[in-house]
Amino acid sequence: MTALLRITDLGVRYGARDVLRGLSLEVRRGEIVALMGPSGVGKSTALRAIAALQSFSSGRIEVDGFALEPGPVPPQSRLTPLRRQVGLVFQAHALFEHLSAKANVTLALRHVLGKTEAEADTVARDLLDSLDVGARAEAWPRQLSGGEAQRVAIARALALDPALLLLDEPTAALDSTRRGALSATLRSLATGDAGRGLLIATHDAEFVRGTADRVVTLAP
Amino acid sequence: MLVALQGGALPPKTLLWGGDAEGGAPFVEADPADASRVRGFDVEVAETIARGLSRRARFVQVQWSSIDQSVERGDFTIGMSGMEDTPARRTRHAVTVPYFEFREVLAVRPEDADRWRSLADLRGRRVATLGATMAYDLLLAANLTAISYDDDVHPYSDLVAGRVDAVLLDHIIAERALRRSSPPNPAFVGASPAGVPFVIQPQAVATGYYVGVLAKADSLLRDSVNAVLVAAMRDGTLEQIYRRWNVWDEGQGDLFRRVQGAQGDLFRRVQGAQGKMVGAQHAAPLQIQAYLPSLARAALITLLLSFVSMGIAVIVGLVLATARVYGGTVTRALATVYVEVVRGTPLLLQLFVIYYGLAGVVRLPAFLAAVLALGLNYAAYEAEIYRGALEAVAAAQLEAARTLGFSETQILRLVRGPQALRYALAPMTNDFVALLKDSSLVSVITVVELTKQTAIYATNSGSWIVPGLLCAVVYLAMSLPLAHLARRFERRWSTP
Repeated sequence: MTALLRITDLGVRYGARDVLRGLSLEVRRGEIVALMGPSGVGKSTALRAIAALQSFSSGRIEVDGFALEPGPVPPQSRLTPLRRQVGLVFQAHALFEHLSAKANVTLALRHVLGKTEAEADTVARDLLDSLDVGARAEAWPRQLSGGEAQRVAIARALALDPALLLLDEPTAALDSTRRGALSATLRSLATGDAGRGLLIATHDAEFVRGTADRVVTLAP
Repeated sequence: MLVALQGGALPPKTLLWGGDAEGGAPFVEADPADASRVRGFDVEVAETIARGLSRRARFVQVQWSSIDQSVERGDFTIGMSGMEDTPARRTRHAVTVPYFEFREVLAVRPEDADRWRSLADLRGRRVATLGATMAYDLLLAANLTAISYDDDVHPYSDLVAGRVDAVLLDHIIAERALRRSSPPNPAFVGASPAGVPFVIQPQAVATGYYVGVLAKADSLLRDSVNAVLVAAMRDGTLEQIYRRWNVWDEGQGDLFRRVQGAQGDLFRRVQGAQGKMVGAQHAAPLQIQAYLPSLARAALITLLLSFVSMGIAVIVGLVLATARVYGGTVTRALATVYVEVVRGTPLLLQLFVIYYGLAGVVRLPAFLAAVLALGLNYAAYEAEIYRGALEAVAAAQLEAARTLGFSETQILRLVRGPQALRYALAPMTNDFVALLKDSSLVSVITVVELTKQTAIYATNSGSWIVPGLLCAVVYLAMSLPLAHLARRFERRWSTP
């Protein structure tokens, strides 16, 4: 099967300091890959580089045929194909604080995909229901628990129906019960009709054992 | 000429007298040879009085409109700087006999000399004068649009520039302005180099008198001052002073004779001689009821001024803040220079530059100039509030929006802007209330807003207590609802 994400010898350098060096990996559709390693080894940096939120100094990133090269991050207008293919769930969720849970999901549907309010509402409700937070659709981000906020953030990232979903430390604020539920959710995202590829940056070995198909470990 | 003090108290060696050297010659002006001294006919009259009281005159600088209040506070003993004799002043203070007779004269542009000869001819026209003067009350009584100034130079330059249709002021001031403009003065924008910039109508609108003003409690001392003045009229001292300053005319001789003839029953008869009007009666002191419509109108002007200025400040501030946050190097630098220059210079200076400084290029109406100056000044402060608010939105929120494919413009409109607005709302409200109060500064360019109208009322009534309280109540009535409205917005927009 063709790789959805292919990273070749990725390196990120801040001045004279290497924060990520020589990362190579592939993620295929339907596959969950865990990117592991101790704190500060560059896991989050790698996800940010894949999502074109930061530049990298060496190597190559290719997402479903769209290539990112070393150098400055391209302007947003040139990243449309990548944005449609890659969703990112931030460690702290980064929900839009001035919008309800549902509006967090509908915002891109309406203003990026151009859906009507009714269409966007339907998609958002389906996504929130599928992630078991439909009852919290009208809640503000600050009213959500850590687990609820994370599922809303996943729903928001899935709104554009990306083929590749990146998750940064998804278990950081979850208890063991919630970890199990999250694992099931991610598995369903990978194996569902959409057949998404998932790349999870984490140092939670137990979660990885029950969730990931493959593990890539970054050495300090 | 030495007059014994009545009351028997041992006199201090110095007679403090208050005046406003900003009024200039021939009243009181800084001595060109020694800027620490003053000169002028009022200065010499004050020195004559001091000598007559066996004292040495010492000048105290005070803003002209505050002389009445200052003399009652005891800042000095006698106020003399072209102080007009008015019924209100006579009621509230101990005033001396009149020592100079002036005529209220109209100045108009040469082309209007034949059609605008009296106040009746100027109905519906804009007539400039000094605020809180007999001339101002005359214009109000004649139902004319009185444009109030704080100085006596700009009324004439604005007359020549076409901003006003006529000027009504004391003949001494009018003649001085005409002298200053001949040869044509660059300040008189639009003056023909060959012709006179304006003409003074020969027919006086009214006649008034300059008096010395003492505190109500100093009526005994006032009687001594009167005796000194009458003696100076009799022995020719005042005439010599007036001739030295080129302000002597037959009217002064008539006044001296009337005042001296009234010595037997000084007050009653002198006051009978005072208030003689030619062509118009000096308005009686305006009471609170008479001022209420003016105050209401001034409050509306303050509100309109504040809202329009704030509108400009918000729009320009948003542009500046966006330029500082999103712009390239040059754009950011330009916006920064604007903010720093505007914040670093006084609003008063900016008002003068926009209204008077630009008059050679564009003659902005006073209200428009006021709105522009306030709006552009506050824009600098708004820009910093908005920039701070924009930068307070968490970077992760912006990155989340980028991963969802929003353009930078959409991120500003849909994510960053709405959140920044919440951060900016409280300081914006604060700024609006500050602007409401700062709008009082625009009176320097002839816009009569609430504070200026209150000052005129206070000067006319001789007290700040009632006008001040009334003004404070009106300001509070305008600012408190604004603060309440802002709190409602904050509550509505705040997330749990």
